[in-house]
Amino acid sequence: MTRVFFDVNGETHQLELDTRTTLLDALREHLHLTGTKKGCDHGQCGACTVIVDGRRINSCLTLAVMHQGDEITTIEGLGTPDGLHPLQAAFVEHDGYQCGYCTPGQICSAVAVLAEVKAGIPSHVTADLNAPVRLTNAELRERMSGNICRCGAYSNIAEAISEVAGRSA
Amino acid sequence: MRAFSYERATSPGAAATAAASTANAKFIAGGTNLLDLMKLEIETPAHLIDVNDLALDRIEQTADGGLRIGALVRNTDLAADARVRRDYGVLSRALLAGASGQLRNKATTAGNLLQRTRCPYFYDTDLPCNKRKPGSGCAAIGGFSRQLAVVGASEACIATHPSDMAVAMRALDAVVETVRPDGATRSIPIADLHRLPGDSPEIETVLQPGELITAVALPKPVGGKQAYRKVRDRASYAFALVSVAAIVQPDGTGRVALGGVAHKPWRLEAAEAKLPDGAKAVTARLFADAKPTKDNAYKLQLAERTLAAVLREARA
Repeated sequence: MTRVFFDVNGETHQLELDTRTTLLDALREHLHLTGTKKGCDHGQCGACTVIVDGRRINSCLTLAVMHQGDEITTIEGLGTPDGLHPLQAAFVEHDGYQCGYCTPGQICSAVAVLAEVKAGIPSHVTADLNAPVRLTNAELRERMSGNICRCGAYSNIAEAISEVAGRSA
Repeated sequence: MRAFSYERATSPGAAATAAASTANAKFIAGGTNLLDLMKLEIETPAHLIDVNDLALDRIEQTADGGLRIGALVRNTDLAADARVRRDYGVLSRALLAGASGQLRNKATTAGNLLQRTRCPYFYDTDLPCNKRKPGSGCAAIGGFSRQLAVVGASEACIATHPSDMAVAMRALDAVVETVRPDGATRSIPIADLHRLPGDSPEIETVLQPGELITAVALPKPVGGKQAYRKVRDRASYAFALVSVAAIVQPDGTGRVALGGVAHKPWRLEAAEAKLPDGAKAVTARLFADAKPTKDNAYKLQLAERTLAAVLREARA
């Protein structure tokens, strides 16, 4: 067992964990933050996406003990039922889901995508590596490709993110 | 996942020493490939040495006008670095063609070089694989091989190296810098880092036990039109069937390295000397010793056409 502490959604937690515990399992099984979902558990689906120190990662492919002192944001930290994050509200408005299982990961990913575009990080479909990035539909879809939706709500997800991106632009 | 002990290394030298003196130890940095394989018990380290505290996360100018990329620089940061985007476009392009945003945020420069193959038989623990279990045989030969190697393979293994980044680094003549358990450092040209499978496909690089990659150095910029073109089964978030990293100079000369075709990035200087004669002349030379399977023979023509498209674009 190894001791680790980190911040989740602004609250410090200290845990004593088997070294094998992934960040995903620490969040779900130990802190009972079940908004973050376990899909494939192999980094292929994106359902477990959380934001660590401002960057989106797959929480299934990292060990909890490797996050000593880190600041972690999960879907529970983005909004509340009474005060939705703008992306949560946009997903509702645009029906950006069917079963909803991938949604927390989609939204955490989308929050980080907007920050990545703002920071000027290019993508595979960015035509000019040395020009500012514009969040076109192609950009958005490429950047969200690590989040799979088996229900196929992609076009509504893209519309929800585009709306928020347009508002904050 | 098998149980393991865990430590955080405080210096590169200490990490290398710990790795050499602890039975069945492995370094962990981003962990995106290693943890995946540990869950499947394809990798079963007894001890993990976390190297994330080592100050190897900077990109610095070198005395000869090149760049030294710290081993821990994340793929996202390397692809987005203004100097890399301006002077080493092929490297930015290759990085951005790989994995997903989430994975690139975690995956490191050294880890990307050392990632294991995605051969489906390496992953299927019910079937033989000489790379996973030396001497057990190769289920890929005669199996489902459309994704696998066409050149430089052996009777023991037809796996490919999955990295996009490494293909661009091969075209750029990158040099891998390491520290060994005795504290000695060395520089390994990337052409020599990865081995061909031969009869020991489980040994993938020339790194010695405990040897830690500390940086990758890029020589000073070579200019030219730089491109990385990747052909895959879907438009994003998939491994290459074939990829082409190319640097084409105004006089028509240049460099070409291929991904998705061999156990390492595939570049032959004698082949790229044929660049002025066109794509067919280059790939004919690159694949002179190719031994494709029935299922992956398509890669020979696909590589030629992909290179032709890159050359057309570069010369437009």
